[in-house]
Order: sequence, then structure tokens, then C-alpha cells
Amino acid sequence: MTDTMIAVDGLVKRYGGTVALGGVDFAVPAGSVLGLLGPNGAGKTTAVRILTTLALPDAGRASVAGIDVVAHPAAVRSRIGVAAQDATLDGLLTGRQNLVLVGELSGMGRADTRARAAELLERFDLVDAADRVLKGYSGGMRRRLDLGASLMTRPPVLFLDEPTTGLDPTSRQRVWETVRELLADGVTVLLTTQYLEEADALADNIVVIDHGRVIADGTPQQLKEASRSARVEITLSAPHPDAVDALRPLVGGSVQVSEDGRQLSAGVDTAPGLATAIVRALDGAGILVDDVEVRQPSLDDVFFSLTGGHIEGAELEEGVPESAIGAHSA
Amino acid sequence: MTTATISAEGLRPTTTRRIAGRLGHVRDVWAMTRRNLVHISREPMQLSDVTIQPVLFTVLFVFIFGGGIPIPGGGSYTDFVLAGLLMLNLVTSTMGTAVGLSTDLHEGIVDRFRALPMWRPAVLVGRSVADFMTSCLCALIVALTGLVVGWRPDASLPSIVAGFLLLLFFAYSISWVSACVGLRSKSPESAASFGFIVLFPIAFVSNAMVPTQHMPGWLQAIADWNPVSAATSGARVLWGNPNPSGTIQAWPMQHPVEAALIWSIAILVVAAPLASAFFRRRTVE
Repeated sequence: MTDTMIAVDGLVKRYGGTVALGGVDFAVPAGSVLGLLGPNGAGKTTAVRILTTLALPDAGRASVAGIDVVAHPAAVRSRIGVAAQDATLDGLLTGRQNLVLVGELSGMGRADTRARAAELLERFDLVDAADRVLKGYSGGMRRRLDLGASLMTRPPVLFLDEPTTGLDPTSRQRVWETVRELLADGVTVLLTTQYLEEADALADNIVVIDHGRVIADGTPQQLKEASRSARVEITLSAPHPDAVDALRPLVGGSVQVSEDGRQLSAGVDTAPGLATAIVRALDGAGILVDDVEVRQPSLDDVFFSLTGGHIEGAELEEGVPESAIGAHSA
Repeated sequence: MTTATISAEGLRPTTTRRIAGRLGHVRDVWAMTRRNLVHISREPMQLSDVTIQPVLFTVLFVFIFGGGIPIPGGGSYTDFVLAGLLMLNLVTSTMGTAVGLSTDLHEGIVDRFRALPMWRPAVLVGRSVADFMTSCLCALIVALTGLVVGWRPDASLPSIVAGFLLLLFFAYSISWVSACVGLRSKSPESAASFGFIVLFPIAFVSNAMVPTQHMPGWLQAIADWNPVSAATSGARVLWGNPNPSGTIQAWPMQHPVEAALIWSIAILVVAAPLASAFFRRRTVE
């Protein structure tokens, strides 16, 4: 499917003197997961609040399911599910009453509301706690119920604002499974997270934002490939005086040599055939190679190189072709 | 860029409102009302200001002031004070509206409501309906306590019922003033202080607990024009209880039922749209 379910175009939002969003663009194809990645205060929640009609943008446009969020907020609201960062549930109602309230306020029929609530309580393993007051719920249970509440109306578009923050690993896994199931149903998901692991596991596409601007976007794989932080590690059969010179044209920056002279390592731009090129170059100089390893960067490496400082962000923009990664000015 | 139409394949959008228009509004209000009633059932202490307090006030006022306050024109203090006691309890309990709304805003649950395709004013209307219901409970308790300690209305049943409705309607209008305060408060605590700083003086500087004839002239003028006095006198007239304010020349004291209705409607017409505007402003960002 190539239809765009969520479209954000030049979105600007200021709170007093602070710029929460300084012109953000992204699009989410129908039936996919977008991971909105960024440190605290990057503007992730602000973007979600605008898309879910809770905040008005100062400039730019945003639409959900083709509907402008500013012009037709009511129509947007009937097509979205929202699980906000601070679980927005009623602490004095039971789990079931919370779900029923959401269903009724969304205009679902009484029978449908009750059936759907029961179904979701089961799905999120909350049957035993269903008729207990929320005050006795653990953080993980609240999160699960919040996710359930966001699914009451079977919305085609789902916004999850840091859905696993503060969850234990088991609960996190369960949330991930749920998101994957929703995808199988054709739901479009926008997920904000601080966890790279989470974006890597769930997202089809990732948008990295920092200080209210998009600093990188692409698939998890593209982002990793686009990073300069890949390293090549070469083990020679025996130390060789020409090895560093032979290697230098293929790698960026300096080459480190181990004390015994057999281990060489250097930062590289990942490119197709890199290992082959390295072996050929060394072979051409008459050097015997035991092992070549190109270590892919983790998404953490990418994230920290992107958000660690704007200078590194700018480097990335120069060094990376548009086809690989759509980098935006930082 | 192509744009998706409303439903993706395999999805049944059940979110379209099945019940459109006013009926949907009524449903939303009822859902919010039930939510607030559940809140009250969970924290019965919240209800103490309409259950225990009325009993306590009624007994205390009747037995402590009962013998000490002469009623101009005659009659028993118990018959005189019951309308005032009900008024005092109803008006001070509207503080719950302010605290409840402020708590909702504080805890972020309003964000959940705002992202739902509901009729937004239902947040306010549902609150006021639930508070009206607790007011009715309060009226029942005050009436029963009153009967036990010797209060006797002397009028036809419809007239007695009309007296209760007059007080309840007045309290309902005040609950919208309280809503305005709750929506402007920074925290539930500051909303609660509204009750003591504003509601208690308004309830006491009136003919509710004592005849205004004994007050200093300037205070009596304020009391005679206080809407609380009009509503209380109105109830006394409708219940056939002693109404010493009947001899006072101020227009609201000569026409207490009419004055109470005018005050209630005027307060409602100003406070309800104002609360609605405050709610909108509080939730726009």
C-alpha cells in the first residue's frame, strides 16, 4: 500500500519562547509503523499532540487519514486511537469501566462496547483485574489498559507515545507483540520512543528528531548504513610495513595498528563490496590476510552520532547520498 | 502523494457515531454523569458534605441557636432555619464541582476525553448533573433530619416540592460558578479553598441562619440583596414557614420566589457559557 495515512508538512509549534517543533515533515504509509525517535524534549510528544487534535500548530499542516487535523478535528478523533505518555485513565474506575467509558464516549453501541471491552481485557491479560479499581494496578497493567483503551474503537490509525517507558522487559515484549498484531490487521501506527531497540524491532521507518527538527529519516537499515560509525577490523597473517598505506585510500580517518602489528582497524563508510575491495588492495600489495570483519553500527551508534551534537549531524548530511538517507538540515 | 480514504482494508470503522446530534450529546452527558457518580461511590468521604455535614449542621443549629434567636413576627427557629440550613449545605457542597473539575484537568484524563469523538461540553454538563444528584440526596437528608428535630412545613405538597426545587435550582446555578472557579484554579487544593473564602461568606451574609433585622444596616442591605436570601425566603414562603424577611422593603424580599428564579437564571446564563469558554481556553494549546 502506498497511501499516506499520516502526513506532516512544515509543522511548527512554539510554547512561549521555546520552539517545540521547528518545521517538521514526515509521512506514514498506510499499514506501516513509523518510529519517531528522539531524546527527551525533542518534540515527539508535541507532534503527537498536534496529530491527535490536542494542540494546534502555529504553522504547517498535518493530516490523518487524509483529514486535516485543524480543519476537521472531530472527524480525525473518530479515526484515531491514542495511548498518551502519562497513561490517561480514570484512577477511580475499574479497568472495565474505563474501557466502557471510552467506548460510550466514542459513540459505540452498548453491546458492542461491552463485548469489545471484554475482548481487550482478555487480550491484555487483565481479566482477573478487570473489575478492580485502577488505583491498585501496577504501572505495566495501567499501560496495557491504556493501550486497550486506545484500541476500543478499532481505529485505523494509532498513536503510541512512548508506550513502553517504565515497563519491565516482559510487559515490553507484550506491547511489541500487540503492535505487530495490529499491523497484521492493517492498522497504521505512529510510535514515539527513546529506545532504539524498540524502533529497530517495530518500525518500518524511523524519523529522528532533535530540538524540534528532523535530523534523519529512513528505514532502520538505511540509518545504520548511513552512519559513519561502521568499523573494519583486519587481521593480517604477519605484520607488514605497507599495510597501513594500502588500506588508507579505502577508509576514512586514521588506521589503528595493534602492538603486534597484525591487527588493523579503522572507521569506514559502509559501501557495497567494501570487504572485497580491502582484501584486493592488501593482496595487491602482497599482504596476506587472515580475517576481515566489517562491524555494522547499532542503531544506538547512529542515534548518538546524530543527536550527540549538531556538527556530527551536519557531517552526516554531507557524506550521505540522498538515495540512502533523507537527511535534513539540523 | 496519494491520500488514504477512511478505512483501510480489513477494518470495520465502528467509530462513526451511530447516534447523531442531540441524542448523542445526552448519551455523552449520561456517560460522564455515571463516571462522576462512580467516583463518589468510591470515595464516600467525598459525600460527607451532603450526608454527615447536613445532619450535624441541622442538629447543631437547631439545638444551639434554637432558643437564642428570636424570630421577628414569631414562629419557631427550627421552622425558620431549615430552608437556610438546606441552602447552606447545598451552596457549600458545590465546592465539589470546582475540586472535581480541577482534579480532572490536573490528572490529564481530560486529554483522553479531548481525543475522543465526544461532545466536549459533556465533561462539564456531566459533572453538574452528578452534583445535582448529590444535591437531591442532600435535600432528602436535611428534610428527614429536620422532620426528626421538629421542622414542620405548613403548605400543600406541590408547594413544598416547589420549595425544594427552588433551592436545588439555585444551587445548580451556583455549581456553574464553582465550575468556573475549578477551571481557573491551578490545583484541586486551591479550588477547595474557594469554598471557604467565597461560598461560606456568601451563605452566611444572608437571612439563611438568622433574620437580617439584627444585622448592622450596611450588612443588612447586602444580605437582603444576596441571591441566597431570596432563594431561602422563597423556600420559606413555599413551605409556609416563618419568613421574617417578608416585612423588609427590598424588592427581592417582597418577591422572593420571583427574585430567586431571576437570580438563578441570570447566574446560569452567565456562568455556564463562561465555564464553557474557560474549559476551551484551558484545553487549547
